[in-house]
Amino acid sequence: MNTPNYRRTQTQSRAPTSMQINPIPAAPSELGEHGQVEISIDGQQAKVPYGTTILDAARSIGIRIPTLCHHPDLCVAGVCRICVVEVAGQRNLQASCAYPITAPLQIQTHTRSVRTARRHILDLMLTNHYGECYACWRNRNCELQTLAEEYGVDWFRFGHVKEPIYAIDASSHAVVRDMNKCILCRRCVRTCIDLQEVGALEAIRRGADTVISTFADKPLGEVVCIGCGQCINRCPTGALQANDPTDEVWEAIDNPRKHVVVQTAPSPRAAIGECFGQAPGKALTGELNTALHFCGFDRVFDTNFAADLTIMEEATELLIRLRKALVDGENVALPQFTSCSPGWVKFLEHFYPEMIPHLSSAKSPQQMFGTIIKTYYAKVHGLDPSDVVTVALMPCSAKKFECNRPEMVDSGYKDVDFGLTTREMAAMIKEAGIDLPAMKPSGFDDPFGTATGSGVVFGATGGVMEAALRTAIELVTGDKVERLFQHADITPVRGMEGVRYAEVTIDRVGPVPELLRKHFTSFDFLLGQTLKVGIAHGTANAKKVVQDIKDGGKFASCHFIEFMACPGGCLGGGGQPIPTSPEIRAARAKAIYAEDRHAAVRKSHENPDVLKMYREFLTDGPCGEQAHHLLHTHYTPRGKFIV
Amino acid sequence: MLIQEQRVLEAEIIALADKHGRKRSALLPILLAIQEKYHYINKFAMQEVAALLDIHPVEVYGVVRFYSFLHAERRGSVMIRMCRSLSCDLAGKDAVARQIENDLGIKFGETTADGRFSLEYAQCLGQCDRGPALLVGDQLHAQVKCSQIHTILEQARAAFGVYPLRHAGVAHSPHFHYDPMAGRAS
Amino acid sequence: MSTKPQDILLGVDVPIDAGLQRAAGGPTQAIIDEVRASGLRGRGGAGFPTATKWQLAKDATGEAKFVVCNADEGEPGTFKDRVLLTERADLVFEGMALAGRAIGASQGIVYLRGEYRYLRAHLESVLSARRDRRVLGTAILGIPGFDFDIEIHMGAGAYVCGEETALIESLEGHRGEPRNRPPFPVNTGFFGQPTIVNNVETLALAARIVHRGGAWFAGFGTPASRGYKLFSVSGDCEKPGVYELPMGIKVMELLELVGGLHAKAVQVGGASGRCISRAEFDRSLCFEDLATGGAIMVIGPGRDMLRVAKNFLEFFVEESCGQCTPCRAGNVALLEGIELLIAGRCSMAHLHELKSLGETMRLTAKCGLGQSSPQAFLSIVEQFSDEVLGQQPRA
Repeated sequence: MNTPNYRRTQTQSRAPTSMQINPIPAAPSELGEHGQVEISIDGQQAKVPYGTTILDAARSIGIRIPTLCHHPDLCVAGVCRICVVEVAGQRNLQASCAYPITAPLQIQTHTRSVRTARRHILDLMLTNHYGECYACWRNRNCELQTLAEEYGVDWFRFGHVKEPIYAIDASSHAVVRDMNKCILCRRCVRTCIDLQEVGALEAIRRGADTVISTFADKPLGEVVCIGCGQCINRCPTGALQANDPTDEVWEAIDNPRKHVVVQTAPSPRAAIGECFGQAPGKALTGELNTALHFCGFDRVFDTNFAADLTIMEEATELLIRLRKALVDGENVALPQFTSCSPGWVKFLEHFYPEMIPHLSSAKSPQQMFGTIIKTYYAKVHGLDPSDVVTVALMPCSAKKFECNRPEMVDSGYKDVDFGLTTREMAAMIKEAGIDLPAMKPSGFDDPFGTATGSGVVFGATGGVMEAALRTAIELVTGDKVERLFQHADITPVRGMEGVRYAEVTIDRVGPVPELLRKHFTSFDFLLGQTLKVGIAHGTANAKKVVQDIKDGGKFASCHFIEFMACPGGCLGGGGQPIPTSPEIRAARAKAIYAEDRHAAVRKSHENPDVLKMYREFLTDGPCGEQAHHLLHTHYTPRGKFIV
Repeated sequence: MLIQEQRVLEAEIIALADKHGRKRSALLPILLAIQEKYHYINKFAMQEVAALLDIHPVEVYGVVRFYSFLHAERRGSVMIRMCRSLSCDLAGKDAVARQIENDLGIKFGETTADGRFSLEYAQCLGQCDRGPALLVGDQLHAQVKCSQIHTILEQARAAFGVYPLRHAGVAHSPHFHYDPMAGRAS
Repeated sequence: MSTKPQDILLGVDVPIDAGLQRAAGGPTQAIIDEVRASGLRGRGGAGFPTATKWQLAKDATGEAKFVVCNADEGEPGTFKDRVLLTERADLVFEGMALAGRAIGASQGIVYLRGEYRYLRAHLESVLSARRDRRVLGTAILGIPGFDFDIEIHMGAGAYVCGEETALIESLEGHRGEPRNRPPFPVNTGFFGQPTIVNNVETLALAARIVHRGGAWFAGFGTPASRGYKLFSVSGDCEKPGVYELPMGIKVMELLELVGGLHAKAVQVGGASGRCISRAEFDRSLCFEDLATGGAIMVIGPGRDMLRVAKNFLEFFVEESCGQCTPCRAGNVALLEGIELLIAGRCSMAHLHELKSLGETMRLTAKCGLGQSSPQAFLSIVEQFSDEVLGQQPRA
């Protein structure tokens, strides 16, 4: 059969077409040039653009319609039926999230039949929702719970499930699934298949037997799940959570023999206030340091120190690759891909294992830090590394997988013992009775307390690129990066667009800094070269870029590309406070860039503690033998075929 | 599944994808063809189909598990489906159902030990004016009486003859490569 | 079979391709006008005016248009399409070609339910013969530009795929889960293109209407339900089968014809229809009264009405696609209610809750399955309340 090229929705979504609003016919000409339609909602008149959904129209005039399966980051599903409203002239109630306005309508949002319907739907969801709120980690932050309270649910009208049906899948280090709590809103499916294009989850079977599952019902740890945790961030109930090691961390803290060290990353600091009722966008870095000491951590370090270290290693590695390509005539993998996002790394290992040589061999800041702590730090402070416990506070669920990778033992011990998400840390702090925003701010501990602004911006998409460029440009040109970019703010790489591209021309070269003389005699080979860089966040965008490279497109001629698995970069990570939305992520980004602007030192290669590290410990410099042994890693081709 | 069988299956799937198209709309015809030949769609097949059609294996799995006529686990070579809708129920399907269970030696939902027959209920086979109705593979039987079950089953058994070789012709397949040491621990 | 002189579809002398001969060379709008004049409404059960559907598709823009024949006859109690496909496949395909001509589609698809796979060979041979006779394929009847061909796609055992958007989802290789509407398939259907999905009987009738004229068809039936309808009659009656009868026929009249006058109840419209007791046997079978896709199940005296209700609800629990909460969980709640009734332990208060739930399902389910599944149960409880309440639990 001759079928035209598959026309999905305007956004080319990969989600099932039953889960979307499909294209509507073009606006008729009589609507006028702006295509506005007059509607009334609860008696309030409004004019909205043709094709606006009833839900968006209501929100634009301040009328609230409750939703459950709807999510600002995801395509519409229209399956929970909570958002139903009465539309004059229609026999049935209509789902406001999925009803595009194409003609004048009169809508009522709270009639008796609507209220009854919403209540019934909640009752039905609760019938199958196993578990009690007080024994659930989403207690007081659960959309089902909130709606149940709003609609006055005070008994189980249609009964309540007494026994769990499904076994909990805790096979993945990153994401734990409890389908007994699932209300089948399909957000996780839309996230995994459409938003992230990983495709680990889908609904299987039908009717009341429907359950969200993996390929062949395999444990999540055995399929292509990359651990990005975006599904957790969007799940409205407690069905999905990260693999929580809080009990083990408390045990370590309570054990007097153990020296427990925690490193905090910029994204959790920018967001943890949300767990304490704050509006997104205020970093609580100093307050967190105090709180962590109060909880019993022996030392509180700034991951940004290791981020600066990562920049030194990765920028040097990039320059070495460029030297190999341009001077030595070697066949070297370019563009170089960043490797600090473990979700992205696992994505590449599964879906494009042939591109692994492009990945920078540098470890992520978290892992570098773990190695340094159990070698350099332990030695300097006379500690037995087996009694040192490293905990990483990360916005990331995949970091839990990363710290458990078998090769992450360069220190001779497990480099990072536990990865804690922002949410888990907030829970620990609350357990210790602390009100985080009210804490007096304090600084980080030495010797790794100094971090630069470059390290901070790692948390936002484009941040790693910006940090790397600040260092690379200055090391190569011998001149200040402020000459090219005001305030060293490399704005072309910033922003929330999914795929970005920028160019920097090296118009002069300076002498090779001492740190790099092992690898370079001169930087003349870079004079006049245009450094082409790319940034992608969200694995769907990463996929586009990698495919473009394979097809010989624009990005194939790039030299360096930053990839982040999570939309927004780390600040949107799978361990961040729930809920998430484009606005929340934008607010967190503002907080992160503000911290950078106020930092005393803003370039990784100017971090005195980093320089000290190279002088005293990693004496053969960035990408030297010692650095390779401790700070670099290798990857595992996994492929996407399970059978 | 043996590697040789997998290679044959892979070739068959490629041929099916070429015939029906290498896009998502070809999914159901391809799955139905695999179901018909192999009596279920195994993980390898689902994965291959996914790769050829550029969709995720879990999406193929979701489709297989949705439809009653597609199975992800091995079923009998012949599916016996008994209509359980109201008219057949009123016409006395319960007695016929019990007799089928007696004559086959299995209950509804099960498969015979020799792997030849699976028994399940179906929803309205469209024979309401001549129930109870039975689908034995593709063979329709209407107005079935208990006394007829035995004959129907014997006919179905006779159709088997010599048990068919599932991968006849593998020795001539261009993909065939017999390695006697394949899969054995060293 | 039919017992009336007017043999619309089932008569032995029904001509083949007469409609095509008459209208194929003329203006395409004329086909729709003829169908409009007939007042034909969809025969699958929903009763949407066929001409309106075709006109919308004709006026819609798209790269290609499709005519889909919904042969996923899954409604319990319905078998008229099976008979039509067995005996009158030519009429159905003629109707599809006329529909294609009318809306500007050159591709037709028959979505044949998996349970009717034994019919496929027959249908393929009819199609092949039609191609040989130049009433299918390119330049039909020698008319340049009138290209229309038909492919058969099999279903795989899912009742919900009889719903038009779920059917289209199934054709596209997805789980058969209905879509959000609006937009409707006439604008955004198969592959996002304008698509009409019509029942087998509707297409066959369209062919006859184009031949004999809309006024002829409109002369039968009632003002809001014109023409004749095929009724699939089964159950506790002497003469089950497919009956071709005018719309508006009273239930009692039909029961007389089929030898079911002693019926205790009649389920009109299959599992998603309504159960009526003797008190309502003087009602008419038409869209304005007892709307139906034609399934008439006669329930004889002495039958257990709860068993009937349970049969239907088990059907819906099995066949619900599971997408939307009210249908997925609501049908289970109704089935549990029936089990309570069977155990003799259902309070009036709970029954009241279930009635209210049924209303919510009717209003909020994403597709017709969930919207109509409570009907049978609720009508049985209402009509036979003294039988269903206070039951002695069985041993």
